[in-house]
Amino acid sequence: MTTQENIYQAKDYKSDQYVRWCPGCGDHAVLNCLHKAMAAVGIPPHRTAVISGIGCSSRLPYYMNTYGFHTIHGRGAAIATGLKTARPDLSVWLITGDGDCLAIGGNHFIHAVRRNVDLNIVLFNNKIYGLTKGQYSPTSDRGFVSKSSPYGTVEDPFIPAELALGARGTFFARAIDVDMKNTPEILEASARHKGASVTEVLVNCVIFNNGVHKQITDRAFRAERTIFLRHGEKMVYGAENDKGIVLDGLKLKSVTIGQDGYTLDDVLVHDAHCRDNTLHMMLAMMGENMPIALGVIRDVEAPTYDAAVHEQLADVQAKMPARTLNDFLMSGDVWEIK
Amino acid sequence: MTEQTKVTTLEKVVIRFSGDSGDGMQLTGTLFSNLSAIVGNEISTFPDYPAEVRAPQGTLSGVSGFQVHLGSGKILTPGDKADVLVAMNPAALKVNVKHLKSDSIVIIDTDSFQKSDLEKALFATDDPFAELGLGSVQVVAAPISSLVKEGLADLGLDNKSALRCKNMFALGLVCWLFERPLDEAMHLLQNKFAQKPLIAQANIKALTDGYNYGHNIHASVSTCRIEGCKAEPGFYMDVNGNKATSYGLIAAAEKAGLRLFLGSYPITPATDILHELSKRKDLGVITVQAEDEIAGICSAIGAGFAGCLAATSTSGPGLALKSEAIGLAVISELPLVVIDVQRSGPSTGMPTKSEQTDLLQALYGRNGECPLVVMAASTPTDCFDAAYWASKLALEHMTPVILLTDAFIANGSSAWKIPDLGTYPEIEPNYVSGYHDEKPWKPYRRNKENLVRYWAIPGQEGFAHRLGGLEKDYDTSSISTDPVNHQKMVATREAKIEKIADYIPEQEVIGDADADMLIVGWGGTYGHLYETMEIMRKQGKKVALAHFRFINPLPRNTENILSRYKKVVVAEHNNGQFANYLRSKVTGFNPYRFNRVKGQPFVVARLVEEFTKILEA
Repeated sequence: MTTQENIYQAKDYKSDQYVRWCPGCGDHAVLNCLHKAMAAVGIPPHRTAVISGIGCSSRLPYYMNTYGFHTIHGRGAAIATGLKTARPDLSVWLITGDGDCLAIGGNHFIHAVRRNVDLNIVLFNNKIYGLTKGQYSPTSDRGFVSKSSPYGTVEDPFIPAELALGARGTFFARAIDVDMKNTPEILEASARHKGASVTEVLVNCVIFNNGVHKQITDRAFRAERTIFLRHGEKMVYGAENDKGIVLDGLKLKSVTIGQDGYTLDDVLVHDAHCRDNTLHMMLAMMGENMPIALGVIRDVEAPTYDAAVHEQLADVQAKMPARTLNDFLMSGDVWEIK
Repeated sequence: MTEQTKVTTLEKVVIRFSGDSGDGMQLTGTLFSNLSAIVGNEISTFPDYPAEVRAPQGTLSGVSGFQVHLGSGKILTPGDKADVLVAMNPAALKVNVKHLKSDSIVIIDTDSFQKSDLEKALFATDDPFAELGLGSVQVVAAPISSLVKEGLADLGLDNKSALRCKNMFALGLVCWLFERPLDEAMHLLQNKFAQKPLIAQANIKALTDGYNYGHNIHASVSTCRIEGCKAEPGFYMDVNGNKATSYGLIAAAEKAGLRLFLGSYPITPATDILHELSKRKDLGVITVQAEDEIAGICSAIGAGFAGCLAATSTSGPGLALKSEAIGLAVISELPLVVIDVQRSGPSTGMPTKSEQTDLLQALYGRNGECPLVVMAASTPTDCFDAAYWASKLALEHMTPVILLTDAFIANGSSAWKIPDLGTYPEIEPNYVSGYHDEKPWKPYRRNKENLVRYWAIPGQEGFAHRLGGLEKDYDTSSISTDPVNHQKMVATREAKIEKIADYIPEQEVIGDADADMLIVGWGGTYGHLYETMEIMRKQGKKVALAHFRFINPLPRNTENILSRYKKVVVAEHNNGQFANYLRSKVTGFNPYRFNRVKGQPFVVARLVEEFTKILEA
């Protein structure tokens, strides 16, 4: 892959179509990051396929100069599964939103993750239905007021990480739309992962849910409210890099290094490759008085569905080579009439 | 061996094996039909089993049956009523009264006709035959259970395992009755239980004991010989509709040089297609058992986009779930074969019973103006050709094709001459490599002759493109909401399907050229309608049959045929869906109708009676 890295540039992945998202929508930034990530990975545009369901973010394939398929609501994961299983040689991306992926498409999503189909799933989470003009979504917080919940919702949201890891996901990352520095790197890692990779991108809906992630993404306090995890590195954060995550009994705890007797040695080192997902789950679920985890939280190798399907085909065919339908039929209970 | 026995030669005979759903009647029936096919009889079979995996033992709801019709002439249906019934318990006898001729031979296991057995089957007296009014049947009463236990005593099997062989004892008796060679049966059993030599031995012993028992007691019935018929020379095998459908798909993929992909979710009575194709990894077939019906078709759509011959198999409730995805395949103009093995509806209905009630769902059950190809297979073996044609049309015309079969032909089997693929038409998809216009290629640019768009398979440099469920501009292939363009695209998709009529055979009419009445049918009723026509012709009536395989588009000569006869009767297992469809296509067409929705095959005698009334009206 490294030899191809300089052949394609971000613009080679960009189509000639006019991008129709609202001005200021977080999707624009993610699209640019995706072009960059694809160029960095270097798989040619014609060997790349971008599949999507329905929703604002699912318009994305039209803006790619790759093979693409804008499908039907919620079913992108199933279509991408068929495509990748038929053609493991293609790099297959699945673009989806919180409604598409976690409401109408929830079943297909968890099964694609469970099977570990080698898909790069980018989940645009703006906690709202934008295309249908402002209803609450499965990721909206309890009590969220929207057009379809004028008195506030009375249901708890999904946490995408919890669902992905619960479905035995092998890769989970979280990114921020406006973080043009780190998002391409995260998407690149998701592409390099063999298996179903889920990248949740926190995106802003400027029209129907403006500022939804502001408490996390605003530059004024982003450093204090988020932690960027890198495999093999200490879990430190804060504007002064003075805060760290430590294990306190069976719980994670945020501490200030040098206070209350905590030193840098007490701070955990991030191991994204650990098979046991207990710590990954705890990291992904951080909130409230803890920083939101960003970056690649889990990245574990496991057999992929698409490769296993073709290995099994090859195994069976090696035992019974060069067969045609006629060969097969004649090998069964056959009688001749002369 | 039969030197002392009276032998009657028959042209055709109907045998029904019936017992508890755990009694192995399906296996017994299948073995017997295979034996008959091997000796050169024509066969047609009809498994009739309960939807429950195991209903309570000995009860009426637990009765499982397998009917086979064999003969020396053309056999197209499993037959109306049985000449011979094997009833392993009183419930089987009671359930099958309606399937018996008045002079039938009934073979029973007296060990399972005890008081408690009779009670379970809700008999009030201890004489089930009298109670059911079966005074004239010939009963062969054998203590099968005890004979089997005795016969297998030396093998060291436990009681339960030994008793499981009693179906083979019954089969042995029937083999004696019909002079079937036991060595072929032994061979089949040896193959079936190759991994379990003891079980093979026990089954073969029970089979032989049954045969000898019949021979030794000279049961007071005569044995019957069904002569082998002069079939076309060639290699034959026994095949049911679901297997033939699977093989038809494989054949088409092989011919087109494409990989076959099946995305499916288990559903009665279509699941055997998934089973068969999952086994065919040796032929490179990919199967995905998806998480639901929608994912079944969606994975197939993904595979079709990827460049496979893509198919999905289902039954009525599954077809309903797939509707939206079929619409996606229509608007994105991707090849896809959707197989609907129809069963009784609505909703869950009667999952193991057959109907033709999904026709209108197949034709119209989608949002928007959403035309596609609809076809139907007529017999178990015809499923092969129908699946081949469905694949050919899907690939060459870039469209989903719904192929309707039904539970009756899917599970029914007959002897099938292994086809020579060299005689089948080529399959040549409209690949983008064939695009030679001066305008640059776009995904929805079309072949001017058949209006088919060009297929650019991912991985090809220079042809990256985006498809989708949104309406596209006729020229630029970009998203478009322009009203004039939409009208044009709707008309183009319709015209593309209509044009397929130029690429399919004309409708055939069989029977009398100067017929006074035309019988019209489609799908799995072919055997019954053909037999009805033949009986009526033998009675001196002038009758013809037009049995449709291509339903949308209809063959070009349809209107001409339907307006040629004084009387036309459309017979189908629904409330008149095909008749109404034809009325919408052929001006002034107003046929007689024969509709039955019982979940059971037509009864030929009844068809003859009803059609004669129409003819003489």
